[in-house]
Amino acid sequence: MASKTKSKTSSRSGSAKAVSRKGPTGLSRRGFMQGVGVAGGVALVATEDARAAAAPKTRGPKRAPVTLNVNGKDRTVTIEPRVTLLRALRNHMDLTGAKEGCDRGGCGACSVQVDGALVASCMMLAVDAVGKKVLTIEGLAKGDQLHPIQEAFVKHDALQCGFCTPGMVMACKALLDGNKNPTLAQIKKGLSGNICRCGTYTRIFAAVDTAAKQV
Amino acid sequence: MRNFSYVMPQTIEAASIAAAQKNSVLKAGGIDLLDLMKGDLVRPDHLVNLLSVGSPALREVAVKDDGLHIGALVTLAQLAASSTVPSVLAHAASVAATPQIRNVATVGGNIAQRPRCWYFRSATFNCARKGGNTCFAQEGDNRYHALFDNGDCAVVQASSTASPLVALGATVVTNRRRIAAGEFFVPTSVDITKEHVLGEGEIISEIFIPASARALKAAYREAGERESNDWALVSATVALDFDGALVKTARVVLGAVAAVPYRVISVEEALRGKPITAANAARAAEGAFAKAKPFALNTYKVSLGKTILKRAILAAAGQPELSTAGG
Ligand SMILES: Cc1cc2nc3c(=O)[nH]c(=O)nc-3n(C[C@H](O)[C@H](O)[C@H](O)COP(=O)(O)OP(=O)(O)OC[C@H]3O[C@@H](n4cnc5c(N)ncnc54)[C@H](O)[C@@H]3O)c2cc1C
Ligand code: FES
Ligand code: FES
Repeated sequence: MASKTKSKTSSRSGSAKAVSRKGPTGLSRRGFMQGVGVAGGVALVATEDARAAAAPKTRGPKRAPVTLNVNGKDRTVTIEPRVTLLRALRNHMDLTGAKEGCDRGGCGACSVQVDGALVASCMMLAVDAVGKKVLTIEGLAKGDQLHPIQEAFVKHDALQCGFCTPGMVMACKALLDGNKNPTLAQIKKGLSGNICRCGTYTRIFAAVDTAAKQV
Repeated sequence: MRNFSYVMPQTIEAASIAAAQKNSVLKAGGIDLLDLMKGDLVRPDHLVNLLSVGSPALREVAVKDDGLHIGALVTLAQLAASSTVPSVLAHAASVAATPQIRNVATVGGNIAQRPRCWYFRSATFNCARKGGNTCFAQEGDNRYHALFDNGDCAVVQASSTASPLVALGATVVTNRRRIAAGEFFVPTSVDITKEHVLGEGEIISEIFIPASARALKAAYREAGERESNDWALVSATVALDFDGALVKTARVVLGAVAAVPYRVISVEEALRGKPITAANAARAAEGAFAKAKPFALNTYKVSLGKTILKRAILAAAGQPELSTAGG
């Protein structure tokens, strides 16, 4: 924490002054220090220890190693905390399947699964995915054998430019994970976070319907 | 997005202390915050991750004798899928945003999200809500803006869960106090620089819905430009308590028409002691917008709002919403 040195100084600088410098909420680190530590030299040492124990762990702001479990493998990348999961995948792991469309959570091109839940990877920090299982479009095929959802997309020619396709396929996967036999209305709802600029929706819906019968 | 240190507190107390530090911001799902940070509107040195707090209570919906305790980190997807959450709240959550967003967005962050006004969201416009002295929406593109209490700043409350929570008489529980949902949101007439009353380092731990809410018949209706993705153009939540066929008490809360979930007390009073009929519902809906002050580009919200409110009243009473007789 940035205030580490500050709170040390204020603790040493005499209690009266420190008390009067409480933050507006009365709950600043200094206020907390005064609250838990009785004034006096001996207590001060104990307070410092308590503070060290209570101070939360931090990452960054500098680049540091972060290990993510992606498509079943642990991968360590050296990144700043501000790097989104999408950028970590694309720029640091060379997994360029997930696409950056809007970078604001609105288009679904960046969709991946995190612990089974469909998420917009552009709106999640990579560090928020630590300890979780990330599944990207690259994790669906087994070698040369496409996943049934991917095959259904090929069969129905459910793409034009293909930019939305990885996200669509991941949204379809998440939908079918939870519902093996979706109605058209449920398919539309399941894919409602994914936008296709080329307007291939009807073919995509047909592909999902076909895929539902395969998985 | 500027860089920051990522702080991982283990307890709410530690999160509160960390979040109260200078240039520190609390993050839950991060959906709204990342948007604000990418837009350079929020520039924290320290991002305090509430998700690091392991407490299961923060992530659960617990049914107890006194009512429902919804942990602040419960996601919109959890609310939507829950069979214990009042259906009016589950419904509102289920139509908010997209599947991707609902899986991450938390209910605490949802009610504390900042407005969507494009002037507010653009760092280029130093608007009144950001401390400047102009509300650019007054004379600008105000098609999505407020109908009530909109003279100084025209933002609308963006949260889909806010109106149902107010209608259900929910309480926002923080690490410091209990706040009635109706008192949680700040009207523009009180302060145009903030939307809620939370102080520095104050953290929502749960949303409480009293057991008495179980007796309410309630419905949420909204209209949007598309069925998914966008915030509602206007929404209405109605919660009725019946004595036989007559309304004993009513809560009528409009969404996306003011900076706060907008309770229409005059309509609540007008419905009291009466049966719900298509005519009563239409009259109430008409009255609710009598004092609306639309801008140049959002007059459509008045007629849209009337229809949505009428439907919500009828739906709450379990009556057919669409009549063929031109009503
Ligand atoms: C494409 C898209 C469509 C959307 N559509 C809708 C919609 O239709 N309806 C709707 O309601 N929303 C919609 N949203 C917004 C989204 O639901 C919110 O951004 C989200 O709910 C915020 O929750 P969060 O957990 O991600 O909050 P965060 O981004 O983590 O936090 C938001 C704010 O709340 C504060 N905060 C968070 N948790 C707490 C807490 N426990 N105590 C105190 N303060 C806290 C944070 O400090 C921050 O200021 C949409 C978003 C996108 C990207
Ligand atoms: S790039 Fe993530 S939703 Fe558009
Ligand atoms: S195929 Fe081009 S965006 Fe969908």
